Formats: sequence, C-alpha cells, structure tokens
Amino acid sequence: MIKDKVKQMVDGFKRFTGRFHEMNIFLVLVVLIVAFSLLNRRFITFGNITNLLRSTSIIGVVSLGMTFVIISGGIDLSVGSVVALSSVIAAKLMVSGIPIPIAIIVSLIAGALAGLLMGVIIYEGKVPPFIVTLAGLSVFRGIAMLLTGAKKIIGLPDIFENFAVQRFLGIPAMAIVWVILVIVGVVITRYTVFGRNIYAIGSNQEAARLSGINIRATYYRVYTLGGLASAIAGILITARLAGGAPYSGGGYELEAIAATVLGGTSLTGGIGGMFGTFFGTLIIATISNGGNIMGINPFVLEIIIGILIVLAVVFDHLQKRRGI
Amino acid sequence: MTLENKEIIRMEKICKQFPGVQALENVDFSIYEGQIHGLVGENGAGKSTLIKMLTGALQPTSGDIFIDGNKVVISDPIVARKFKIGAVYQDLTVAKDLTVAENFFLGQIPRNRFGIVRWRYMSKKAAEVLKELNIRVDPNMILEKLTAAQKEMVLIAKQYFKKYRVVIFDEPTALLTSKDTDELFQIIRKLKKEGVGIIYISHRIEEVFEICDTVTVLRDGKKIDSIPISETDIDGLISKMVGRDVSDMYSITHQSLTEEILRVENLSKAKVFENINFTVNRGEIFGLFGLVNSGATNIARAIYGAARFDRGDVYIDSKKVKINSPSIAVENGMGFLPEDKKIEGLAIKLSVRHNINLGSYPKISRMGFVKGKLEVNNAVEQVEALNIRTPGIEQTVMNLSGGNQQKVVLAKWLVNKCKIFIFEEPTAGIDVGAKEEIYKILELLIKKGSAIVMISSYLPELMGIADRITVIYEGRQMGTLSRNEFNEKRFLQLASGINFKEDKVR
Repeated sequence: MIKDKVKQMVDGFKRFTGRFHEMNIFLVLVVLIVAFSLLNRRFITFGNITNLLRSTSIIGVVSLGMTFVIISGGIDLSVGSVVALSSVIAAKLMVSGIPIPIAIIVSLIAGALAGLLMGVIIYEGKVPPFIVTLAGLSVFRGIAMLLTGAKKIIGLPDIFENFAVQRFLGIPAMAIVWVILVIVGVVITRYTVFGRNIYAIGSNQEAARLSGINIRATYYRVYTLGGLASAIAGILITARLAGGAPYSGGGYELEAIAATVLGGTSLTGGIGGMFGTFFGTLIIATISNGGNIMGINPFVLEIIIGILIVLAVVFDHLQKRRGI
Repeated sequence: MTLENKEIIRMEKICKQFPGVQALENVDFSIYEGQIHGLVGENGAGKSTLIKMLTGALQPTSGDIFIDGNKVVISDPIVARKFKIGAVYQDLTVAKDLTVAENFFLGQIPRNRFGIVRWRYMSKKAAEVLKELNIRVDPNMILEKLTAAQKEMVLIAKQYFKKYRVVIFDEPTALLTSKDTDELFQIIRKLKKEGVGIIYISHRIEEVFEICDTVTVLRDGKKIDSIPISETDIDGLISKMVGRDVSDMYSITHQSLTEEILRVENLSKAKVFENINFTVNRGEIFGLFGLVNSGATNIARAIYGAARFDRGDVYIDSKKVKINSPSIAVENGMGFLPEDKKIEGLAIKLSVRHNINLGSYPKISRMGFVKGKLEVNNAVEQVEALNIRTPGIEQTVMNLSGGNQQKVVLAKWLVNKCKIFIFEEPTAGIDVGAKEEIYKILELLIKKGSAIVMISSYLPELMGIADRITVIYEGRQMGTLSRNEFNEKRFLQLASGINFKEDKVR
C-alpha cells in the first residue's frame, strides 16, 4: 500500500519535472550561472541579470512557438519573417492613429493567420513543413518590405515605446511577458487535450489518426500558435526598436531551433517541452552575456554554443540507447 | 530433380529460437542448380525465418549452412550477396530514383579514364540483359516510374545480370495480373535453364504446381516433407500443411448471439473489393480470412473510415452511419488495432499513460484541460486489468515487449469504451504466452457484449476463436462458414480461389 503510494508520488514527480532531459539542461544552466558568478562579480548583479532577461525575451518567445511546431514533428523557418511582418503591421497602424490595443490585436491576428496558412498548406497539400515555411520565410519578409518600402516606421506613441524599458518591481516588463508565455506554453503542452495531441502526432501521425484524433485541427492549431508566438515577439521588438522594422528577426529561425534542440526537444518530434526550451534559451543567452563580460571573443562564444548543441543531442541519444 | 545437378546450398538441422517461440526446429533444406524449389506452409510455419537465414537477415540458433559443400556463416546481407544469394522482394541495393541501368551497375558504375560515367555503355549492357529475358522495359527509365510488375521483373533481371546463383521469390505474384504472372514464369524458367537455383514461396498452391519441381512443406517450424511435385497433388499438399490439432489455447467461452451491432451492405471499392455483406452480433467474434493481398484488410479499414470506399453502407445498432474518418468511427464506438503496432498503433516515444489515453482525451477533459487524475487512473486500471508488464505508467512504450505493446493498444480502446473492436492480425509477432493472454481478453470483451471483427491470415487462430468466418479472395466474398462448418481445407481452398467440383456437388 505504502509502496504504491510512494510509486504514485514518484510518477507524479516525474510528470511534473518532465523528461530527464529538462532536469539535465536545468543543471547545465545552474552550473553556468554559478561559474560565471564566481569568475566575474559583475555577472550576477541585479542589473545584468534583468538586462539579460529583457534582451533574451524576444527570441525566447519565438522559441516557444518553435517548440510547439518541432514537437509536432515539423519545423518553422518563417518565424523571423513573421516577426518582421507583425512588427510593421503594428507600427503602421499605430502611426496612422489607430488605438494601440487594436493595432496589437490586428498584428497578432495577422501573425496567427500567416501560421495557419502554412499549416493548411502543409496538411492539405502534404508539402513538407521545411519547404512551406521556407517559402513563408521569403514571402512574409517580402510583404513586410513592400508594406514599408524597406524603411523603418518611426514615430510610435510614447506609451508604447516606453513599454520596452518598463519595469514592475524592478523586473523588465518584456521579461515578465516572456515568463508568462512560458507558463502558458507549459500549461498547453502538459495539461490540455490539444497538448497531448501535439505529442501524439509528433510521435506517430498514423497511430494518432487511427486513434480518432483530429489531426487536421491539431496541425492547424500548431502552426497558428507558431505564427502567434512570432507575432507577439514582433510586438515586443517594435517596442524595443521604437519602430516597425522590416529587417528585424533575421536569423531568428536558427536561434530558435538551437534553443529548442538544446532544451531537449527532439527534431523528429514527439519528445520535448517548454521548460527545456526556456532553459535552452537562457543557456545560450548566459554564455554570450557571461562571455562578453569576461571579454571572451564573441566569435569564440558562437563556436562554444555550436559545440554545446551537438553535445546536447549526442548526450540525449546516448541516454536513450541506454534505455533510461 | 536429376542427380547430376550440383548442390548449391545445404542447410542442416537448422534451429531458431526467438524469445518464447521455437521458430524452426531441426530443419534440413537443400537447393540445387537449375531447381525450382517450392516452400509452402501456413503463416507462422517458419518459411520466412528459414529464408532470412539465407539472406543474412537472421542467424540460426544452431545448425549449419553449407555452400558448395563448405561450411559458411552468412553473417549479414552483404555476405549473402557475396555468395550470390538474392531475394527479389527485399533487394537492399535498389535505388528507386535512379534508372534501371544505373540500378544494374549500382556500386560499380563504369567510368572512362577521366572518371566520367559511361552512360551509353551502361544502358546498352542493361538493354541486352533485359532483351535476353524478354522484358520490355526501357533501361533509361527511372525505377520508381515502372509498374509493380515491371519493377519486379527488373529486379530479377538485375540478379540475373549479377550472376546470382540462388534467387528467392517470396509471394512474387501477389501484385501481378495473370498475364504478368505468365511472363514472370517464363523468366523464372529461363533462370532455371541457366542453372540458377530458385526458392519459390507462395500461398497460391496452383502456382507451386505450375512452376516448381520440388516442394518442401513446413509446419510449426518443422519440416514435414520434401518431395518432387509430381508425387503429390493439391489435396495432399494442403493436408500436409494443416494436419494439426487446434490446441487448447483457443478454448474460449463463446456467447449466444442475437442482437445485431454492425452491418455492412454492398461495400465496394473499385479494384480492391466488391459487394461485401455481413452482419456482426453483440458477443460475436467475426473473422475475415484472406491470404496476402486478399483485400480483407482494406475492407476493415474502409469500415473504420481509415480508407475510402466507393459505395455501400455501414450500420451500427441498425442505424446507418456515415464514417469517413477514424475520429467518426471512434465516436460511434469502434476501435481499431492495426497489424503493425509500431507503425500505426502506438506512439512509441510516449509513455504508457499517454498511449492508453490517446483516443480518450476529449472524454477525460473539461474545456480542453485534461483531468490528470482520471488520466492516471485509466492507465493504472488498465495496466492492472490487462497485466501489462511495465515498471510504471510513465515508462516509454518503446521499452515494452511486443505482447505488452499490443496490450497497451487494446487498453487504449478499452478506456475508450468501445463496443466494436476491429483487430488486424492481433497476435502477429507476439509470443505464445502473450497470445493466450490476448485471447483471454477477447473472451472477456465478448462476455461484456462487445463485438470483434478479426482480420487474420493465420487460419488456426481464426478457426480457434471466431464464431463465424467469411473468406475473402481477390476482394470477393467467397463464402461464410459458421463454427460447426469450419474446415481448414475448405477455408484454404476458398482463400486460394479454388472451387473443387466435387465440393460443389456435395
């Protein structure tokens, strides 16, 4: 009896902490933070840490969307372009005098629709996500450029621009948005039917279909969420840059994939989670921030991050082979 | 078989042990130059296991293989190729996006002294070989664009070109029309004339009589007989293949059947199946029996909404339902257990808990949020009820044995409160112990009033537990027999499309 109870508790704990990998990646993050703190006192200051959180929040949000897509067995290369598109849409609307909340909502809807469109093409046309989102990367960037004539849109309302430097209880508002979205992401993936279905289609689409799961709806929603996450990041970047920038978000797809994979999400789908991606994003940010403070050549830092990504995946495979 | 012909391969006292199963027991098997040697037996008799020892896919647990009188170890498919042993069905060296000619030369593409590929030489050589075998295929065609029949011919031609000494055919005519089959037989005879040893596996007994000169019968992993084809007839051969008592394993309590739960009317799909009609009652195990590619599986999938059909109706509880996707089938109380669990039944990277609840989340959630406690309860209950051997419900399904994986798939539908279970080859790849457990579960299901539709090509199992069996051959319903009319020979005749006159008179 007691044994059963203990077992249930252990199972429950495992469910809460997710897969082992998320714990591992968390430990790596802790080790890094401790190491940088010991090496340089300036790293662990309140100012530095909050700045780190703020500057990471945008790519952090993009990575959350990427995680949904990758767990479902897909990939989204269009994220950076959707960031730019929603940024210029929001900015354009605000500059033309439309109230801020409406501008934001319209921009978010545009991003979500961009994602949905790709999801529809991927599912109905049976076109590989890599191809569809690669096209999306090109198309949405093109639209952003066309809408602005490739020029940054400036002159946003002050209240909106101030959001980028706003703090609550000393914590940057942008970081708060990020953390809230991480929690939302965790709740969706772990506690909703939709979340369960994302893992199911990522692990085995045919089994999911034969189990009666509506895989069409699941695919649509996954890519819609991906687009929505990028659109939220687009709003954040608009505030941060104090303008709608058609060039923004370049290269985000690779950074987001790196953070997701580093966080333990499998590129073949079915395995992974939001906490992992959160930690993965923070690890990359910590290495570049800590490295910068210590005066390490940023190019060397890029090499280190690259090696770390490979190590994370190799470690993951080794663990799986041992059957843990 | 004349004695002057040289022996190529001799297998002596081959045994193969799988966990819980003796797949082969002291089997002797030889193949001579210019011999067409038929290998027959029911599914699970050990034919493919034996063949896999020759192609290097499996190693015997004990016993020896001799080639030209020398003892050899065929440790992997590459070694098999070195010994010039090839199987048409599983040629690993096929690149489907390359041309026929390229495939012939794969690995040894001819080049001139500048390292440039000699395309013209390649297609000329390939054309010669194709012509010699009377195969009308352009050597410059991309392999993928050929029809199934053409592909098969090309693969045979390749093995001929590579001067293979032993070529294995496993159900080669399954996808062929009768005209293609005639062409195939001409090619096989040509190979025979060149001294190639041929192993021919087929469920179609008439074919064995048409093409083979010797036949070996396997049953339950043992060699029953090996005789010249002229010394037996179709009847005799089928008797050798079956002749066995159905063991107690299948002794389950059947239910009395009264209330209809599922009815299928005139279900048809062009070129796949035609005018399928049957009724299944509560508490009934209804069998669909057919050999490879009979269409039985397609019928089951059509009913479940996993494959399309052209016309016909499906009734559940006497109400017409339009099922055009599995999710609608599930809503109507159906559950489907596919043959290949790992490909279609399970999300193997996910936990036992997740897999058991895979189809039920909408039922155990409120406003889209899963009720975690119900989810865990479902999983724990099923693990106990079905005796699923796992360290815990968080275990990844990948790490369970085949039998326990099958139980997880079953659990998924039990949790979902299904009333109609469609089983496709429910015990394929499962050891004897787990099979018995699965049968016990089936017994329990029908006791509770569920109905089971079971598609199987393994006759003893189907005869053992089904209440009625309908036989499918080339998409047609050949006949339906009730339990008291069951007769193995009759089933095999129906399933092979043979209809003896004497039987008709009777």
